[in-house]
Amino acid sequence: MTMDENKLTFDKITADLTHHIRINKGFLLWMGFLTVSLLVCLYAYSLQLRNGLGVAGIRDYVTWGMYLANFVFFVAASLIGMLISAVLGLIGMKWLTPITRIAETIAVAFAAVAGLVIVSDMGRPERLAYVFLYGRPQSPILWDVTVITTYFVLSLLLLFLPLIADMAIIHRKVPTLPSWLKPVYKFLSLNFTNHPEQNKIINRSIRILLILLIPAALSIHTVTSWLFAVTSRAGWDSTVFGPYFVSGAFVAGSAAVIIAMFFFRKNYKLENYLTDMHFNNMGKVLATVSLVYLYFNINEFLVPGYKLKHADAIHLQELFAGKDAILFWIVQLGGLIIPILFLLFRRFRNPMPLMLISAAVMIAAWFKRYLIVVPTQEHPFLPIQHVPQNFVHYTPTLIETLITIAPFILVLIIITLISKFFPVIPLHETAVEKGVDHVKFD
Amino acid sequence: MEDSNTPHSPHDSEDQKNSTRRNFLKNIGLAGVGVATGAAALYSGHIFEAKKEVSGDQKVLLTQDGKLVQVDSLEIKAMEKTGTSLHEVEGREGIPGRRFVMVTDLSKCRNARKCINSCQDAHQLRPEQYHMNTLQMQDTPNTAPYHMPKNCQHCDNPPCVSVCPVDATYKRPDGIVLIDNERCIGCRFCMAACPYSARIFNWIEPKDAATHEGQNYNVELNVPQRTGTISKCLFSADRLREGKLPYCVEACPNGVYYFGDENEDAVTNGTTKETVRLSKLLRDNGGYQLMPELGTKPRVYYLPPKNRLFPFEEATDATPEKV
Repeated sequence: MTMDENKLTFDKITADLTHHIRINKGFLLWMGFLTVSLLVCLYAYSLQLRNGLGVAGIRDYVTWGMYLANFVFFVAASLIGMLISAVLGLIGMKWLTPITRIAETIAVAFAAVAGLVIVSDMGRPERLAYVFLYGRPQSPILWDVTVITTYFVLSLLLLFLPLIADMAIIHRKVPTLPSWLKPVYKFLSLNFTNHPEQNKIINRSIRILLILLIPAALSIHTVTSWLFAVTSRAGWDSTVFGPYFVSGAFVAGSAAVIIAMFFFRKNYKLENYLTDMHFNNMGKVLATVSLVYLYFNINEFLVPGYKLKHADAIHLQELFAGKDAILFWIVQLGGLIIPILFLLFRRFRNPMPLMLISAAVMIAAWFKRYLIVVPTQEHPFLPIQHVPQNFVHYTPTLIETLITIAPFILVLIIITLISKFFPVIPLHETAVEKGVDHVKFD
Repeated sequence: MEDSNTPHSPHDSEDQKNSTRRNFLKNIGLAGVGVATGAAALYSGHIFEAKKEVSGDQKVLLTQDGKLVQVDSLEIKAMEKTGTSLHEVEGREGIPGRRFVMVTDLSKCRNARKCINSCQDAHQLRPEQYHMNTLQMQDTPNTAPYHMPKNCQHCDNPPCVSVCPVDATYKRPDGIVLIDNERCIGCRFCMAACPYSARIFNWIEPKDAATHEGQNYNVELNVPQRTGTISKCLFSADRLREGKLPYCVEACPNGVYYFGDENEDAVTNGTTKETVRLSKLLRDNGGYQLMPELGTKPRVYYLPPKNRLFPFEEATDATPEKV
């Protein structure tokens, strides 16, 4: 069934993009599974609250472990909202329209949860408010809190503004919308009637948000990289850490969007909207950002590797041929170089292979953060002596692993809820693009 | 009626009369209340004075903010835990006019580890928690190994203080870097930033936590230790306030440590109690700092491990148990 045979009407688009908005068995089962998993992880966190951070494997030398790697990963994945919507959107790439909401959903979910992830790494989480009460502007943590909050608010607004028109349509036209949500959608659609003046205001606001989003997004990951780069430790003491982190973030985020596209297309039957062309193009985006990331990787490892200053030499030795070598090469080859090679060929940019490549990239991206955070701390400037063996080498514990998994479940819950109760693909925008939006709202 | 509220209304004069009468009554009322209150105050004061006994024995006490006061001995009561810390204010201000400095003579260190034990006792630390640790060092393959006591360097440009998000760790004008564990949020950014690995964290419940429960927190001793917060060498700020040498300095049997005041250009050896010129000691013995290239400006100096009177012995102390 091609597009031509099946002439798109406003009602057809509405039906296609909103038929999944209903509470069904599959959804309840999936949410039940996520909730139970989250509860198990929260129990692990309650143990940490009661007994202190010692339930995790981190100790005095490797003091930042999986929690911090997790934080960096979540901030990284949230950056994709800015690349897809703002950078590519502002330069006028029309094919992006069906992907923007997926990107924004991922941005909102990961940015919101990143804030929670960092709390899991605090020794005294009940003192979180001290950051605002006694905050010192010299500390990069303050900068991070500020920019992540800003980015989250901007992303939430960017998710919401295009939804105004969609919610106006949904509460009128979608009978499967749960009745208790109807007044909520009616209220949140702010009396939108598809008046040209309203559309003008919304479009202008979106444009302003997109422009603001670029510096905000660059800031969140640059500042996050500075948590490391402002120290003098080998492996962190780097001037390219900002762009190194930002380009790495685009890799992880593009992979996340592709995975989400794949499952939404399959589960919500969106084959006519998320076409092979979209996957092909996203594959090209992933290849491009991966090449940029590769470039920064070469800078990050070749330059200190050439000089081999004492501390750098130990660090690189451990990564290239020492204790962390296996993980390092799997991540660098399997998560970066091999995917780039595959993505050069058209057939690997088809939905299924592309999704598999993206999954590999995504997993490697998490372990890359681990490799950035942990090994540096295992060889500080002065020797580690007279301490227990578990202080010397970091081994994550089960409780720590569960607490690390919790944010992923939370992100899945947020993405599931947003995608279940709103069109995954912007409804009103699609109608505008197809030229069938001139519908009178009652 | 519409103009009844304007300034020139005919009812004006009557209103004024009324208001004067009201004010008069109000004033009488106020005076009455005032007299009654005053009388009550005098009466209760009289009763209080009557009850009060005076022993005539005046005690001189130091208040929490560092002032000397005189109090009758009968008025002294045992204090309930108030929730406030000892030295909350002057613990941040330091000791005026001082610039504390430490000199560690590596040629004398035989890894007796008395400094470590004394420090861990004073600060309620577990065996694996070091404010002061002696490290076996060997700078290059062909140079001799030596023992190096390593504590917080109390940097004048402290990276830990720069990165602290909540002002929990701070630099005092007398040179000491302290940690306030009632403020610390446990983010461990300071540990990541410190190039000397000088900081430790209370990963689990501190040593003998039950025994020390309810004890007032002393920021100059950092006890009681608290789960989920940082601890570190304090140059024994509590001892310095009493005019004494730090715990480690006093405990050393081998004359490794000198401690003193840069402003006076004098340091005292903790073992021999000999006081020498700081500048001369550093000049004559080739004094240096750890990693000065990092720009941290440490307040701990080292004298090189030369002309040693004893052979180097491998450390044989048992490794602390896993925690």
